[in-house]
Amino acid sequence: MMVLVIAEQLDGVFRKVTFEALSAARKLGTEVNAVALGSGIEEAAAELGKYGAAKILVADDAALADYTVDAYTNVLAEIIDQAGPAVVMLGATTQGKELAGRLSARLDAGLATDCVALKTEDGQVTATRPMYGGKVLADVTLMGKPVIVALRPNIIAAEEAPAEGDVEKVAVNVGEVRTQVISKQLETGKIDLTEAEVVVSGGRGMGGSDFSIIESLAEALNAAVGASRSAVDEGWRSAADQVGQTGKTVSPNLYVACGISGAIQHLAGMSSSKVIVAINKDPEAPIFSKADYGIVGDLFEVVPALTEAIKKLK
Amino acid sequence: MEILVLLKQVPATESMIAIADDGVSIKADGLKYVINPYDELAVEEALKIRETHGGTVTIVTVGPAKAAEAIRTGLAMGADKGVLVDPGDLNCDGLAVAKLLAATIKSMPFDLIVAGHRAVDDDNFQVGPAVAELLAIPNISMAVKETIADGKITCTCTVEGGTKEVQAALPALISTQRGLNEPRYASLPGIMKAKKKPLETKSLADVGLDAAELQAKAMIKALHAPSVRKGGKMVEGDSVAAKVASLVKALHEEAKVI
Repeated sequence: MMVLVIAEQLDGVFRKVTFEALSAARKLGTEVNAVALGSGIEEAAAELGKYGAAKILVADDAALADYTVDAYTNVLAEIIDQAGPAVVMLGATTQGKELAGRLSARLDAGLATDCVALKTEDGQVTATRPMYGGKVLADVTLMGKPVIVALRPNIIAAEEAPAEGDVEKVAVNVGEVRTQVISKQLETGKIDLTEAEVVVSGGRGMGGSDFSIIESLAEALNAAVGASRSAVDEGWRSAADQVGQTGKTVSPNLYVACGISGAIQHLAGMSSSKVIVAINKDPEAPIFSKADYGIVGDLFEVVPALTEAIKKLK
Repeated sequence: MEILVLLKQVPATESMIAIADDGVSIKADGLKYVINPYDELAVEEALKIRETHGGTVTIVTVGPAKAAEAIRTGLAMGADKGVLVDPGDLNCDGLAVAKLLAATIKSMPFDLIVAGHRAVDDDNFQVGPAVAELLAIPNISMAVKETIADGKITCTCTVEGGTKEVQAALPALISTQRGLNEPRYASLPGIMKAKKKPLETKSLADVGLDAAELQAKAMIKALHAPSVRKGGKMVEGDSVAAKVASLVKALHEEAKVI
């Protein structure tokens, strides 16, 4: 079974989920190849060999410098048609989820998105993926050829496994591109919630838009800052920071919930965190039943104290 | 401006979800059904665009007969008409739903389609981009802001690390992201007017498709409950400093996450 992993890069740097996908692909299939799209990425693409790619197809063109779903769908459809993989795999990032959706229609292929586990049975891929905001896990069997699987970031470990990594440049045919990226506002250096290893979130208990103690703790932990729906609805934090069923799903190693009661919808967004710490002054807060460690107390005292203690640890 | 809204009826997010005896579906009794929250943003945005540019807002839904309730709520918010495509007993995956929607829409005039970026039951993120592909129109995902001028739509979209502005010529499909707007509540007069607004129901045959073309390629073989987190460990200590010290020690030595 040949698995073709679509590598995702930004400014020539591959996202960690690409390496995770290569590792997952190695466990799934007998042959693992990769395809990378971008501009001026030929040299960087060789890195994919370190994680198990036998062949690395590189579509290098100025028209692919910025991701557009049009250009990427057109180029990938042609490459996939020629390479003939049984499984196409990519990271379930913002870009990945959109691309997977459009590609599934282009290729008339079965799709499972946001997968947390994969296996093969009788030559078919079964993907385990959360539904209903994570309240239920579904084992989904994909039929036909190819099938598309988008992997949730930060679930499967990326393992180095040096392989041939033969880079092969392919002819690029971007076709008709009808979406244009006009501008980008990316905060470099700021860790994205969905990719963070540690997340510190504030909720209704924050009482206002001053999240400075949360930000200080996040800085000490090299973490991203999140917020509950309450904090966003109050206008204290932007919707982009919301963790929850109608916000972002995060899967960090450590999630620190400050002044968050733990509504089902919030849990839906962070329940795949490896370790959950909850700080709340209400001992009855539902979040405590899901937290690995709970502190009942005033977050305005506990959070700064925690920041100091962590700084001392380093 | 002819605006179509893709709308799905889903269980409300506060619902307790239980697996049915067949092991591949969820127990429906007692569930409260609502408009998919991201599709509510889509209805609202469509109404705002109509307020600025004039035109009609039509809701298009794939679902069982009861999904008509969700369409009526959209009509009560202010949409003009609705179309419900009932797939009957067919077990549809995301691609099948996209095919049904595209087949329905291709005979309808439209300038813009607004969809939720995902439905909060399936969490597939698939239907919006797939419908756009099948209709051969461009799509822009995760819009938190949009403007239409000179036959083009420009959206501010959320991505990892921030936002980007993406533009496409109409006709196009955009998907909504939290932050785009605050959906209005249906007013009582709105609810009354909605009862008289046109809501058509179509079958597979009406949209020119047969069951064979819609065979699911992604099939749920089993549903299971996620492993229950064993939480509840409270950090003890006489003072904030003591509790915090105990926590940091546990996180470092026991959990090994810092």
